[in-house]
Amino acid sequence: MALYDYTVHELHEQLKSKKISSVELTKAVYDRIAQVDDQVKAYLTLDKEAALAQAAKVDAKIAAGEEIKPLAGVPGAIKDNISMKGVRLTCASKILENFTAIYDAHVIEKLRQDETVFLGKTNMDEFAMGSTTETSYFQMTHNPWDLSRVPGGSSGGSAAAIASGEAIWALGSDTGGSIRQPASFNGCVGIKPTYGRVSRYGCVAFASSLDQVGPITRDVTDAALVLNTICGLDAHDSTSQPVEVPDFTKALRQDVKGLRIGIPKEFYGEGTDPKVKLQLEAAMAKYKELGAEIVEVSLPHTEYAVITYYIIAPAEASANLARFDGVRYGYRHKEAASAPEMTTLSRTEGFGPEVKRRIMLGTYVLSSGYYDAYYKKAMQVRTLIRRDFEEVFKKVDVLLTPTSPVPAYKLDAKMDPLTVYMLDVTTIPVNMAGLPGISIPCGFADGMPVGMQLIGKPLDEETVLRAAYTFEQATEFHKAVAPLGGKK
Amino acid sequence: MKNYITVVGLEVHAELKTKTKAFCSCSTEFGAKPNTHVCPVCLGMPGALPVMNKKVVEFAIRAGLALNCEIKNFNKFDRKNYFYPDLSKNYQISQFDKPICEHGHIDIRVGDQKKTIGITRIHMEEDAGKLVHSGTTISTSDSSAVDYNRAGVPLIEIVSEPDMRGAAEARAYLEQLKAILEYTDVCDCKMQEGSLRCDANISIMPEGAKEFGTRAEIKNLNSFRALERAIDYEVARQMEILEDNGHVVQETRTWDDANGVTLSMRSKEEAHDYRYFPEPDLVPINLDNAWIEEIRQGMPELPAARLERLLKLGLPEESAILIVNTKEMADYFDEGTKHTKDVKGFANWMLGDVSAYLNTENLTIKDFKVTPDHLAELVELINKGTLSSKLAKKVFAEMLKGNEAPQALVKKLGLEQVSDEGAIAKIVDEVLAKNPQSVADFKAGKGKAIGFLVGQVMKASHGKANPGIVNKMLKDKMQ
Repeated sequence: MALYDYTVHELHEQLKSKKISSVELTKAVYDRIAQVDDQVKAYLTLDKEAALAQAAKVDAKIAAGEEIKPLAGVPGAIKDNISMKGVRLTCASKILENFTAIYDAHVIEKLRQDETVFLGKTNMDEFAMGSTTETSYFQMTHNPWDLSRVPGGSSGGSAAAIASGEAIWALGSDTGGSIRQPASFNGCVGIKPTYGRVSRYGCVAFASSLDQVGPITRDVTDAALVLNTICGLDAHDSTSQPVEVPDFTKALRQDVKGLRIGIPKEFYGEGTDPKVKLQLEAAMAKYKELGAEIVEVSLPHTEYAVITYYIIAPAEASANLARFDGVRYGYRHKEAASAPEMTTLSRTEGFGPEVKRRIMLGTYVLSSGYYDAYYKKAMQVRTLIRRDFEEVFKKVDVLLTPTSPVPAYKLDAKMDPLTVYMLDVTTIPVNMAGLPGISIPCGFADGMPVGMQLIGKPLDEETVLRAAYTFEQATEFHKAVAPLGGKK
Repeated sequence: MKNYITVVGLEVHAELKTKTKAFCSCSTEFGAKPNTHVCPVCLGMPGALPVMNKKVVEFAIRAGLALNCEIKNFNKFDRKNYFYPDLSKNYQISQFDKPICEHGHIDIRVGDQKKTIGITRIHMEEDAGKLVHSGTTISTSDSSAVDYNRAGVPLIEIVSEPDMRGAAEARAYLEQLKAILEYTDVCDCKMQEGSLRCDANISIMPEGAKEFGTRAEIKNLNSFRALERAIDYEVARQMEILEDNGHVVQETRTWDDANGVTLSMRSKEEAHDYRYFPEPDLVPINLDNAWIEEIRQGMPELPAARLERLLKLGLPEESAILIVNTKEMADYFDEGTKHTKDVKGFANWMLGDVSAYLNTENLTIKDFKVTPDHLAELVELINKGTLSSKLAKKVFAEMLKGNEAPQALVKKLGLEQVSDEGAIAKIVDEVLAKNPQSVADFKAGKGKAIGFLVGQVMKASHGKANPGIVNKMLKDKMQ
């Protein structure tokens, strides 16, 4: 096994025992990037100099016999919608092609405090709008399990980097499934924490009431370690919750005895690939065998989740993306005759088609005369969706669903936008209700990884992690390594 | 020509005197070098988020209490969307359908008429930056520069009911509002610096009509004078249209101060659709009644109460209103009258010589070098007969140079009034001897002649002789 294939907690032990150095490890990962990234195309920006300098610092600390944090010296990748001072921040958009961030996101500050190593910034769907990473202005990222397939999205670059050995851990962001779905497509673990668990300060906003930053990792333990660092109240984000952050690694116990696992039938609808369903049924059987109780439940408003999401998210996005106007930073059309024309042309040329589609959608649903019929109604339905979960969580402790109805599909499949939107039916309701949700590997369908999703009560990441950890330890799926080959 | 009734409602924007901006910790100080009071939040950098400054809420509550409003416990913010380069996020964080204050009112006086003007609402929002164009407008300029120092400075917008019936009432309302905001220390109310700004909704309707006419909203009213002139202009403009059997168009117009006209900016059809929606980055706030009560307890004396107090002291109403309308004037008055019992005399000096001086020098009472105790001392010197009013003006002119105490100046300049009858009698005798014709005139019943003789005595005494004594003595001697 190569150095770059290990988990964070394994590498932490090796660093502590001086079996390896952080510089050695960081170099090994950069070598791997040099070797495979022309095929995978996970990264948009690399920052090798800073990474090696940081690694050397950690090595010095270890040599001096000082204590180090679990993420110290272990190199990770950051989705390119998270602001890092002095580093290019593109959101995979032409409009920010040459933009350098002037401040650190809160999560970056926290990770710096823990002396981790940042490898670079990963590819994504433009402004996180998409579920294939194909809407990136710069490049298409390829799925390391089959290079002819999508890595999912929008955090496709982060997930592909983990699967291909191009990073040990990564950060993504999740507005409607953008951490969990690519994690499932790449055989990784990805968790979207409860809304407000992690500060959004410095994560470029797509839909403010839905966005949440979270880790993509090789196993559940690593996810818990990253959460330990990034969670917590931040004075710069009013929506971050003033609650104590537990040590999530304490939740990692192999124990689901008596745990009530709900199976919401609406999440196993017609569009679900039978091979995916098969893996989920096997997972249910496994949980039963481990002592959990499987309960069939219903979340009746699930069918409205995707359409209401495509009102609320674009509405918020239409305002959030208004700041990209060519005035203060970012792409500017140079030939305009006036300032208003400069803004119009900069935006016309700077944004890609999917971003424009959503801005127009959002502008429309907020327009005078349409607000009540669309936005207001969608907010009401959102309340109903949240209540569905509240009701169900009176009966069960966690919910088990497919992360995606289908495994990774072919790149350039040219599906119409609506079909792609509908595939997010399993992840979107979780954002709408602000709940924690994890995706972990649970099998394969035609050689492609299948992920299962565990959804918890608000702020109950611990039960989610415990259920995930117990399953992971009882199975071998997380140990599978992507072949990095094509089956064209 | 029919008789028309003018209907005016005002929307006033007041910048709050908080030390830091509404949603970040940048300074709100006016006049700094462009783009030095900025950060990722007020620059609208990708990923930056607003966080509510609690002081902004406190100031809004204070204003609301002073304007007799209901303070709403539930508060949320909304995004008001429009593109303009001075707006760093291209949306303004504001309050749309749930303003912090509603249903207020204030009392105004115009002449001897008192009137109550309703306050519809007060809401909190953020200011935009400042644009400087190379040409006259944004669309015709080769380049425009933006200063974001003002971006994110907190504002309250105070919307009145359409209760004013003309320019005089509108002015009185704005003056009273300004006074209240100054008294509560919510806003420094410098119209020339833009910390207090006013838009006016103006319409006219024929006498006896039941419904208001179509209104025009007039922007860019940067002084009381501009407000009055714009209303008068607009009323005349609308009247001419109606007399011509035309229709007033609902539109936004701007006041052109140089030419004294209002100009059309955009019609109702061209009006922005602001696409308001709840600001997801800020959680709603529930105001605690105990906190509101605490703020109420800490409220300073308001202009109305102060006016009552000054009237009780015996000041004429006109003088009292003029002093009370500017908080610093009223504070000056209160301080000065600690040192003299002659409140009327002190008020007359403030509204006379002091105001005249400030106006010519384009200063406010805040910049006035003469301290209230010194002005009071001057008033006392006159009342004691030490100074004639003419010499008092001379002393006042000297005081303006360095706030020296008047008593000391009188000595330094040798200006003490001469009340010694022996010394005056000597001069009077000389003057009578030199002017036999005037003496004859007086004796012949021409009373006016005494004025000339007093003048001659004053001249001979270099103005120092007590005019009262001079007058009496002349009369006595000519009898």
